[in-house]
Amino acid sequence: MFSYLVNRVIQSIGVLLVVALLSFVIFNYVGDPINNMVGQEATLEDREELRERLGLNDSVIVQFLRFVGNAAEGEFGISYQFQRKVSDLILERMPATLELVFVSAIFALAAGIGLGVYTGLRRDSWLSRFVLTTSLIGVSLPTFVIGILLIYIFSVTLEWLPSFGRGDTVRLGSWDSGLLTGSGWLAIILPAITLGLFQLTIILRLVRAEMLEVLRTDYIKFARARGLSRRAVNFGHALKNTMVPVITIAGLQIGTLIAFSIITETVFQWPGMGLLFIQGVEFADVPIMGAYLLLAAIAFVAINLIVDLLYAAVDPRLRVSAQRGTGTA
Amino acid sequence: MADGAARPLLDVRGLKVGLPTRRGHLPILNGVDLHVKEGEVLGVVGESGAGKSITGLAVIGLLEPPARIDGGEVWFDGARIDGLSGDALRRIRGARIGVIFQDPLTSLNPLYTIGRQLTETIRTHMDLGADAAEKRAVELLDEVGIPAAASRLGAYPHEFSGGMRQRVVIALALCAHPRLIIADEPTTALDVSIQAQIIGVLKRLCREHGTAVMLITHDMGVIAETADRVAVMYAGRVIEDGTVAEVVRNASHPYSHGLMGSIPTIGERVGRLPQIRGAMPRVGAVPEGCAFAPRCPEVRDLCRAERPVMMGGKTTSAACWQYSPRWADSAGAAGAEAVADG
Repeated sequence: MFSYLVNRVIQSIGVLLVVALLSFVIFNYVGDPINNMVGQEATLEDREELRERLGLNDSVIVQFLRFVGNAAEGEFGISYQFQRKVSDLILERMPATLELVFVSAIFALAAGIGLGVYTGLRRDSWLSRFVLTTSLIGVSLPTFVIGILLIYIFSVTLEWLPSFGRGDTVRLGSWDSGLLTGSGWLAIILPAITLGLFQLTIILRLVRAEMLEVLRTDYIKFARARGLSRRAVNFGHALKNTMVPVITIAGLQIGTLIAFSIITETVFQWPGMGLLFIQGVEFADVPIMGAYLLLAAIAFVAINLIVDLLYAAVDPRLRVSAQRGTGTA
Repeated sequence: MADGAARPLLDVRGLKVGLPTRRGHLPILNGVDLHVKEGEVLGVVGESGAGKSITGLAVIGLLEPPARIDGGEVWFDGARIDGLSGDALRRIRGARIGVIFQDPLTSLNPLYTIGRQLTETIRTHMDLGADAAEKRAVELLDEVGIPAAASRLGAYPHEFSGGMRQRVVIALALCAHPRLIIADEPTTALDVSIQAQIIGVLKRLCREHGTAVMLITHDMGVIAETADRVAVMYAGRVIEDGTVAEVVRNASHPYSHGLMGSIPTIGERVGRLPQIRGAMPRVGAVPEGCAFAPRCPEVRDLCRAERPVMMGGKTTSAACWQYSPRWADSAGAAGAEAVADG
């Protein structure tokens, strides 16, 4: 198990280096940040001086190595736009995004698995049909439309929930939490639903399909033939067997939540990293964009690693092949 | 079979199972009659699609919906069990009727240790604590011939071979001392050398515990070696019922006769195995009258017009008009050489 883990961590570092190179190359050749930063009256000397100060005159390789070295220390340079350290900006914004992602992931997982199991077990009930039909809407409507729709209904028409921001926050060390205040919870409901709805429907449909598949298997038939209770069969035997594919997809989907919270954050003016990224894009703010891309990659890689470890926890057959650890993983 | 006080352990009467489809109701079983006496091994044979497995599933209430029981009665241990609620049936399954399915490779849940699957079943049906259940699990594994049973409780199904897994499945079926075991092709998925071992284990345990067995198979070798009695099924009905020796050597029904005739014998050179011409009618396309009539060498008008019921044949009971007094005066009777003793 340990060698398997080390193996996976080394692979992950490889992946991250490639992403770092990509983010460096792409963003380094997109636009000229100096143009955005200086005014109309800036002289050529001013521009050159700024270019020198930001290290934009060094060779590409030196710039990349510096980028990777700094990134490893959590330094992503100075934002062209805000003239502040990117790491500070991101740390400031990170809690908002992580809390949003956390709440919507819990929402998507709980509701997705619950409804998936229900619609899988009660294939023909009208409620199952209703849920499945409605879930089509969740898949086919783009996120921003859902967000705007929710704002229209719950903020504008009913005036129940706030339409933007994250309410009052409480400072815990360097972490600004909105989950400790009533207004924070009210504010997170709509964005969390908007962000999680697509994931919910994916998980729901997957769990349902897997349940239907597993319920047809011989060992479920045999478990029934052994006279086990309905609950033991459905939840003890069937649900656990649906978990391997569900963990895979759920893991990837949570990665997506982090990476693509951009749209939701923009719609709800949620002060998180996604909003920071959008502002960075508008300004060709390379350090911010690069840092964001890397963070998203780290999130994906970390989640994949966790998913792989969870497989082994769920399925003993994978545990054995992992222990043999022949490096084929 | 005398009706009344001494009902056999399992008594299936006129069991009908159907499958509602968009294009109408498909009858799968058209009135199955069979019984298993206390401690007896009944072999149920027939070609694929004759309704053997469906009969087994219907008895324990595990038909896949929308298939359902349309009529008939199932009596077990003196009580009628068709139409019982799901929960009441569940208490019979595993506790008083054990089940063994065809494929040991897929019968066990891959995610749980066999110890857990055993204790779970034991504790569902018996009032035992965790330790006592574990002890019983070890005993069971021991009984079915798993070496070093105590050390294998923590093993997962994939760590066992096919034959060993089928032993575990047998242990699971025997968990709560059932009176009857329904074994649906228990050896079909195993290789031949293992088949004999598994049948041996099943036979020994059932004799020791006085458990009756309904052994569903199309392997006449297994039947000849194991069963006391045979029920031959054809197109959703039992068409012959008798002791093994009689059915194998001297079958009354032309179909069973043909079936036994197509078993190869060791030491006899045959160019081509005899076969019954034609094929079994499809579900939903079973002809009026005797279902075997289109393929029967002895067919007469009577067979096509009316469905025969079980009657006394040469030595067994068979659903064939040959054994009816009406056979002699039915059309085309050039000379019924069969002895009618019904």
